[in-house]
Amino acid sequence: MGINIMMNYLFETKNLSVSFRMYGKGFSQHLLRAISNLNIGVRAGEILAVAGSSGSGKSLLAHTALGILPKNAVVEGGMAWRGAPLDAALQTRLRGREIALVPQSVAYLDPLIRVGRQISKDRQTVSRLFARYHLKPGTERLFPHELSGGMTRRVMICAALAGNPKLVIADEPTPGLTPHLAEHAMKHFREIADGGAGVILITHDIDLAVRHADRIAVLYAGTAVEAAKASDFADAALLRHPYSKALWAAMPQNGFAAAAGAQPYAGALPPGCLYAPRCPECGPACVAAPPQPRSVRGGEVSCCHAH
Amino acid sequence: MKRLNRRAAAAVGSAVMLVLVLAVYIGGAMIPDAALQADFSRRGLAPSAAHLFGTDFLGRDMFARTVKGLSLSLAVGAAASGMSAVIALVIGVAAAMGRNAVDHAANWFVDLFMSVPHTVLIILISIALARGAAGMMVGVALTHWTGLARVIRGEVLQIRAQQYITASRGFGKGPLWIARRHILPHVAPQFLIGLVLLFPHAIMHESGLTFLGFGLPPEQPAIGIILSESMKYISSGMVWLAVFPGLSLAALVLLIDRLGNTARRLFEPREAQL
Amino acid sequence: MRIEARNIVFGYTKGKKVLDGVSLAIEAGARAALVGPSGCGKSTLSQILAGALKPESGEVLFAGKPLPGRGFCPVQLIRQHPEKAVNPRWKLGRTLAEAWSPDDGFLAAMGIEKAWLDRYPAELSGGELQRFCIARALAPETRFIIADEMSTMLDVITQAQLWELLLRAASSRGLGILAVTHSERLAAHVSTRVIDFGALG
Repeated sequence: MGINIMMNYLFETKNLSVSFRMYGKGFSQHLLRAISNLNIGVRAGEILAVAGSSGSGKSLLAHTALGILPKNAVVEGGMAWRGAPLDAALQTRLRGREIALVPQSVAYLDPLIRVGRQISKDRQTVSRLFARYHLKPGTERLFPHELSGGMTRRVMICAALAGNPKLVIADEPTPGLTPHLAEHAMKHFREIADGGAGVILITHDIDLAVRHADRIAVLYAGTAVEAAKASDFADAALLRHPYSKALWAAMPQNGFAAAAGAQPYAGALPPGCLYAPRCPECGPACVAAPPQPRSVRGGEVSCCHAH
Repeated sequence: MKRLNRRAAAAVGSAVMLVLVLAVYIGGAMIPDAALQADFSRRGLAPSAAHLFGTDFLGRDMFARTVKGLSLSLAVGAAASGMSAVIALVIGVAAAMGRNAVDHAANWFVDLFMSVPHTVLIILISIALARGAAGMMVGVALTHWTGLARVIRGEVLQIRAQQYITASRGFGKGPLWIARRHILPHVAPQFLIGLVLLFPHAIMHESGLTFLGFGLPPEQPAIGIILSESMKYISSGMVWLAVFPGLSLAALVLLIDRLGNTARRLFEPREAQL
Repeated sequence: MRIEARNIVFGYTKGKKVLDGVSLAIEAGARAALVGPSGCGKSTLSQILAGALKPESGEVLFAGKPLPGRGFCPVQLIRQHPEKAVNPRWKLGRTLAEAWSPDDGFLAAMGIEKAWLDRYPAELSGGELQRFCIARALAPETRFIIADEMSTMLDVITQAQLWELLLRAASSRGLGILAVTHSERLAAHVSTRVIDFGALG
């Protein structure tokens, strides 16, 4: 990996791992490794979709980037912001200002405070954002429970944008929205990216990612197996990693073919490549050590066999 | 990376605190009456190695009296908080499981008991039951169940709405089966912790009311009696008569409170963090 | 055995009906799909069809009779979040046994490893947990299965795996299936009859 590629990224993770210290029966402790040697990067002006199933660590990535992990989390490896190490002090400074989260659930709004005050103390900022997101004047005086689902989603987007962020992380922004409102929300994220900010779109819906993102990072068991242009997902032959290819083949429109096996349990990860136990191409090198990411045909892939 | 196992530390801490509380109780019960007898040859002695807390105006050993008093408080407190917790369980579960009318009635009762100051109510109940230990226990029990009842009601309501309970019904399981296998194991830890945390309240009320003269009768070696007697001698410089028993009472109450809070963390679901 | 809903009315708050006079019927052993956008009331209807919710008015008939009030319900529901559908304090072996006691061959066919029976829900992935939810819904007494967005939160591979399992088991035992989903593509794949929720009334 060249230095110039790293400089390009607005935000990136470098061999990032996040584990949780858990208690088992009695006093036994063990580590659950929810993110494993993760390498992803987002550039200014683009939408990077982080796609993975439940348990792939995708929501956790948002919390790690913002530095809002619970006490029993152990973080290894690093993150960078504009090429400089992103540490706890910098996170505190950027959080809610340059890095903003559009959370998954309504529970992130304080139910006892009118929504306008939760967005910004500056009334003009609030009315400017509301006008832009088609929220009627007067909405700022409502309490969160008085909003419809679609309004809540837009209010949360406004809250994230009030600080004029350079990076917006949207955690599953569409479930619970009608297709029309979902399209609308995605249009907002595209506008944000066009305004020069980076957008990380966390989703389990690969279809959504293909339609709306510039690039897609495929997460598996807490690691990015492949990051490629969204258009590569139109054809399995353009994809690089066996898991991405299997994902492609399992989409209903591509034949609904179910590859065998399941994502490994975070408490018992295999030693080498995390996909090795399911991989048809698995060889001795794959079980020896985790593969390092490398560039293949304009995309990043972590697999010894990809070409 | 080796780190302190917090769950193990909490377990050891709870065990040590439990042993301390039990030591006070058993120690008090084992003190022979002879040790509490008056002995005018040693009246009003300041604390020393022979008499840790000194002696009083009748020459009684204050350490023995304090331990005896705390032991009595523990017994009264245990009975009172036990009764109170059972009332809380019954009313909390009834409110959550019963019809709307039952829930309304239960909540009305909770509000009613909460709106009257505890102390006044305990005094009335205690007097109505001719004072003594029984009046004290019933008084504390009847006034302290409200908070725990609300917690239990909330827990049961919350768990009753869980999808796995609905699924259980779909597998043909009856309400009793579900209550025993799903709901009770969920509520039991809350109940036990609630019970332990009621304990210090009960002890404080017992000593407080006894001190004021509404609780245990003067012939009992209760901590409240000791404190109220000692008040008369403070001005004559025998401060140890009030200070040591008072501090011991405070320490015991804090100890039990701490025990309840530490044990609470042990009971949290296995995947929870400490 | 045919399942039929007649004029179902239901609302969570007064005056606001989620379902207002909804009727539908699915023949015995059929594979149908109910398609509609999220938030339109599909889940509510699913719960009513499985007897987990009582409608304000209207009735659900199974084989011509109302669903039994007690005992094993012949209409079983598989829901979107398997982690909510199992008791977090129980090992999965116990959770499975709550419904019925399948043999080893059945577990193997469901892709359930025996070691998982000794684990707690927090120690399995969503896809693995959902296998348990499917397995326990496939008890011998079950005649009809409603799968309400059961694969929505999972990756497409797991989705294909789970549907393959369910459809195979259902066809070998002649069970009826109602796939409730927002995805028309999935509906087309797993059913022979697609019902548009919006057209139900």
